[in-house]
Amino acid sequence: MVVFEKPKSLTDAPLHYCPGCTHGIIHRLVAEAIDDLGIEGKTIGVAPVGCAVMAYNYFACDMVEAAHGRAPAVATGLKRALPENIIFTYQGDGDLASIGMAETVHAATRNENITVIFVNNAIYGMTGGQMAPTSLPGQVTQTSPYGRDTNTVGFPIRVSEMLATLDGPEFIQRVAVNNVKNVLAAKKAIKKAFQNQVEGKGFSLIEVVSSCPTNWGMTPEKALEWIDEKMIPYYPLGVYKDRSAVKEEQK
Amino acid sequence: MSTVQLLIAGFGGQGVLFAGKFIAYKGLLENKEISWLPSYGPEMRGGTANCSVIVSDTPVGSPIVSTPDVLMVMNLPSLDKYEDAVVLGGKIFVDSTLIDRKVQRTDVDAFYIPATKLAKDAGIPTLANMIMVGKMIKETGIISFDEIEGALKKVVSAKRAELLDYNLKALETGFNYAD
Amino acid sequence: MAEKVLMKGNEAIAEAAIRAGCMHYFGYPITPQTEIAAYMAKRMPKIGGVFLQAESEIAAINMVYGVAGTGLRVMTSSSSPGISLKGEGISYLAGSDLPALIVNVQRGGPGLGGIQPSQSDYFQATRGGGHGDYRLIVMAPASVQEMADMTAKCFDLADKYRMPAMILADGTMGQMMEPVVLPEPTDYDKNKPWAVTGTKCERPHNIINSLYLQPDELEKTNFERFERYKQVEENETLYESFMMDDAEYCIAAFGIAARVAKNAIMAARAEGIKVGMIRPITLWPFPKKPFAEAADKVKAFISVELSMGQMIEDVQLATGCKKPVTLCNRTGGMIPSPEEVLAAIKSVAGGNK
Repeated sequence: MVVFEKPKSLTDAPLHYCPGCTHGIIHRLVAEAIDDLGIEGKTIGVAPVGCAVMAYNYFACDMVEAAHGRAPAVATGLKRALPENIIFTYQGDGDLASIGMAETVHAATRNENITVIFVNNAIYGMTGGQMAPTSLPGQVTQTSPYGRDTNTVGFPIRVSEMLATLDGPEFIQRVAVNNVKNVLAAKKAIKKAFQNQVEGKGFSLIEVVSSCPTNWGMTPEKALEWIDEKMIPYYPLGVYKDRSAVKEEQK
Repeated sequence: MSTVQLLIAGFGGQGVLFAGKFIAYKGLLENKEISWLPSYGPEMRGGTANCSVIVSDTPVGSPIVSTPDVLMVMNLPSLDKYEDAVVLGGKIFVDSTLIDRKVQRTDVDAFYIPATKLAKDAGIPTLANMIMVGKMIKETGIISFDEIEGALKKVVSAKRAELLDYNLKALETGFNYAD
Repeated sequence: MAEKVLMKGNEAIAEAAIRAGCMHYFGYPITPQTEIAAYMAKRMPKIGGVFLQAESEIAAINMVYGVAGTGLRVMTSSSSPGISLKGEGISYLAGSDLPALIVNVQRGGPGLGGIQPSQSDYFQATRGGGHGDYRLIVMAPASVQEMADMTAKCFDLADKYRMPAMILADGTMGQMMEPVVLPEPTDYDKNKPWAVTGTKCERPHNIINSLYLQPDELEKTNFERFERYKQVEENETLYESFMMDDAEYCIAAFGIAARVAKNAIMAARAEGIKVGMIRPITLWPFPKKPFAEAADKVKAFISVELSMGQMIEDVQLATGCKKPVTLCNRTGGMIPSPEEVLAAIKSVAGGNK
């Protein structure tokens, strides 16, 4: 009896991510959601620029590589051309919340019927650890070597809270993948984000609080602890918007 | 004349572009070669507006009328600006309600039509432009006055059929005007 | 024969695109191309198509990229400053071998520039505009009829060679009305084996991508792409030769400049000066051959442009500088008058007598 196997929606290509990186877990959760819903054959993914740039090699569905930050616009084009297909983007914090903020906000406010997986690890990983729009106050990075000084570079952006202020989007939830309990909750949230699209409900974004042991300069274990100690207090987990649930309640 | 280069100029809102469009459509229905080129941009909103119309028996080269055979002006700045550009022996049509000076050149034909006043008196105050066009057709023959309704239908919104009659009235008022 | 209608150049492009099967349009407002978006906004919802006003030109071109990946015909339009913003997306389209139509109704630059007609994006268009080794098919209409015809042609060529195509028009072409016979509605082959449409679990996944981290792979891809560009150069170069048979002087001009130049040529001929014109219809591929041939016959070339002189460099390259090439230009939104062009012709002809 098989008790554990690779999701069908992942290819056999070995992942290039650093040891202890949580991208692998998140890829798996996305693939499981696609498998569970039986939508692999009609799913098209959009890969970002950032650590997940080669996600197009890892997901077995059709894939498009977008320019930096433009994944929600590319996904908009795909969805408008193929409304019956399932379109998701997979983006990091620099891609989604810095260079691509306009595309993110406007796809959300249009309630584009797409699914956005937003991996927030508070740093630019691919380019070697620069300050991200979500880097914490005081966080030391290559481009904030004395710690993020909020007086000169401002404060981190809480994407989920911000997008939840819009009337447009259907579903916004922040999850984490630093322990079994959180991973299970993340899995449920990601599946719901795809399910929403299948049901035509609209824009669903899952912010996944994640780690970057390499650029945080920590062991993988310590990095997971740091999520609990530093990240989650600044980025509280939870559902920030669920329009359908609100409608249900109102009934 | 095988080619007539017409320049219509006035304030935005006086129907300068509309007048040009009507002539262009009428020319098209007469199987002429046509070009219509408007000035565009912020100046259309309240500033000066003009449009170049060329009606020709042969293919139109440049659509920009810089030396008009016929100039139709509906405000003083336009007369000041374009009077000197008109070709030798050309024709200038002036709305004399709005422009109180005469054409200074003696080598062109000038026509003065109190179009804005005529329009007001006829109960069609927004159609001074088409009264000017009526007179201009009469004096230049740039297009034929026959079957003008067909061209009007192309430029007047079908939703506002009553405008068709007003425009016809304006054209006829201008066409029959004699000073 | 189909009916002749009076249409603005911008509207002719929009209607011709729909008739070519383009059901997706993405854009952002900018003068002087706004009528294209307005036309699409009105028509698309009625025919089951998509019009979407994007949050920026950058978003618009990336939406185009998304649709292009599915193999469907798609377009965007803008004017000079907006085209600069689209440069990134255009490079990605080229790097991913995706067909699409980009329309540039040029205005004066650089920077915010002005809103009056210009041809000063010639370098940007013919050299690609974005980063990297690539080309665009660039067509330069000189009438409203060509605005319509080239729209259909650009879609066909973009599909055929899997590359983006651009219509390089200007404010005059966009705003003017002329009689036009619109092309008949046509269908096209939507079955593209490379497109992302969902695997249906029946084939390996398709990837739309321009990332090649191995330099030898990227080099190979670029070489292959340029082999295709070579075919475009061989098969698709277009130009108009006007009164060149006995010409002693040759004008080079495209778009609105060519229209103005025609008036000047007629006037010069009336005075006994034998002048003709080569009008590039495709700016890339540039019609090198007719210019090279003319260089053996004429005494001099005059490049008439609405810029500080950009195409003149291609004329010099194509003619190997065998004969002098002078510039007759206006810029910043000004248009040379036929009289100015005539004066330039006379000056060159006089100097060569």
